[in-house]
Amino acid sequence: MNKIEIDRLSLHYSDGTESLKNISLNIPANAITVLFGPAGGGKSTLLRILNRLNDLADVIYLSGKVLLDGQNILDPKVNVIALRRKIGMVFARPVVLPMSIRQNLTYGLELAGERDKSAHQQAVERSLTQAALWDEVKDRLDDPAIALSGGQQQRLCLARSLALQPDVILLDEPTSGLDPISTGKVEASLQKLKKEYTIVLVPHSVQQAARTADYAAFFLQGELVEYSEGKDIFVKTKDKRTEDYIEGRFG
Amino acid sequence: MLDRLRLKNNLDNLPSSTIRLITERIGFGILTVIALTTVIPILAILVLIIVNGGGAISWEFIAGYPSDGMRAGGILPAIIGTLYLTMGTAIFAVPLGIAAAIYLSEYAPDNRWTRLIRLAIINLAGIPSVVYGLFGLGLFVVFLKFGTSILAGSFTLAIMTLPVIISTTEEALRAVPQSFRVVSISLGGTIWQTIWKIVLPQALPGILTGVILGLERAAGETAPILFTAAAFFLPRLPNSPLDATMALPYHLFVISTQVPGMPIGIQYGTALVLLAFVLSMNIIATIIRSRARARRQW
Repeated sequence: MNKIEIDRLSLHYSDGTESLKNISLNIPANAITVLFGPAGGGKSTLLRILNRLNDLADVIYLSGKVLLDGQNILDPKVNVIALRRKIGMVFARPVVLPMSIRQNLTYGLELAGERDKSAHQQAVERSLTQAALWDEVKDRLDDPAIALSGGQQQRLCLARSLALQPDVILLDEPTSGLDPISTGKVEASLQKLKKEYTIVLVPHSVQQAARTADYAAFFLQGELVEYSEGKDIFVKTKDKRTEDYIEGRFG
Repeated sequence: MLDRLRLKNNLDNLPSSTIRLITERIGFGILTVIALTTVIPILAILVLIIVNGGGAISWEFIAGYPSDGMRAGGILPAIIGTLYLTMGTAIFAVPLGIAAAIYLSEYAPDNRWTRLIRLAIINLAGIPSVVYGLFGLGLFVVFLKFGTSILAGSFTLAIMTLPVIISTTEEALRAVPQSFRVVSISLGGTIWQTIWKIVLPQALPGILTGVILGLERAAGETAPILFTAAAFFLPRLPNSPLDATMALPYHLFVISTQVPGMPIGIQYGTALVLLAFVLSMNIIATIIRSRARARRQW
């Protein structure tokens, strides 16, 4: 079943940087869809469209449709705030908010007007467990989040998105600054999480793309070059450009 | 290999490297001396005022009313007047200044209007204070019929203080990392929630420092209150915002130039009180800033 259907999506920024050219792509539910390719290919832009974070950027042209459960999220009448609660985002650099570990996790709930302490506690425990961080921080939930290591901070950011019980999780090179052990933990969490969530991942390397992908899309300079189910794209590559990139001939 | 080693040795033995070292020492030495000389005027002012005015400070001087044509007694009405004027300035300038800074930093699009507003604020900061005084006289005292009053003086001082508060607040808001805002918005926050829950709390120490520095300037100014609030001699406390008031800087001006046979101790004593008032605000601002810096999590 397709969770997100992207239909002939095009975008230009006012400064002429990265853009998207007529992208059509289906993102299935309960799977990890990987968007990979060299920098400036439009992967991050596409992620930022999915939860309308691009509203903050200087976009001069946008056309096409993005359907989430059949509803066009680019429609100006869409409640963007509710949309962002449904579609969580984890950024490349772990950005913990300047507050305690617990407050980082309940921040989104408070924004949504949830004041019930037991609901907060439940969300904290559940989301930290899902992000494989509970055992490491359960005794110091009220410590400042900045005291955590980089890998822990990034898992806290993942947990922070999960605390809102979203449908979709977007991850933009979430492990680019992490050591292999932390990276492994994040990837393992994602494999578990995909049973309940739809996951869209921009990996920080081709290897990570190959390890994690249930579906994979190769982006090059704003174009969707190739899309495949499973690992096909890595073993039975159809397009020459995809092959060149995967084999490291450019990038 | 050998060649390279020899080259290195040659470079080390060049006479110019010793000369360079010496010129560097001399240069730094001169800079140090210059830096130290800038402290001299501040110390000189403090010493002069404390030596000449310290003797005048007493409970009667601080809590008493002037007598004998201000040649004796205390300066309580001037102290209270300056307190009132500073508070009045804060009431008008702080909410307005912070609101304007939030708008400029968080909401305003980067267009011609915004640039015009910023230009206006920068220019407002450059206007001589006596011009503010004249403006206050025309608008608040005469046109709006506030009369010479604490209200008119506070409004005038507030307008003068606004640019300082706006620009320091805006700077404090901009110092809060943009990534916090993006995260907050990606978690379903509105811009206002993001400002209220993240940006303002993080910027608060910087804002407070700016506010205090702005008010400190207002507390010490003479010209803006000269025509709008200050009474030459009022041996009682003002009993409404529409009353005129004595104030420390103006009182100092009066007793230094307008009253013959003035004991020098009272002049310097008044200056000492004014200085203590302003410096203590400065110290509070410094403490807030250094505490916040120690506790900051970014």
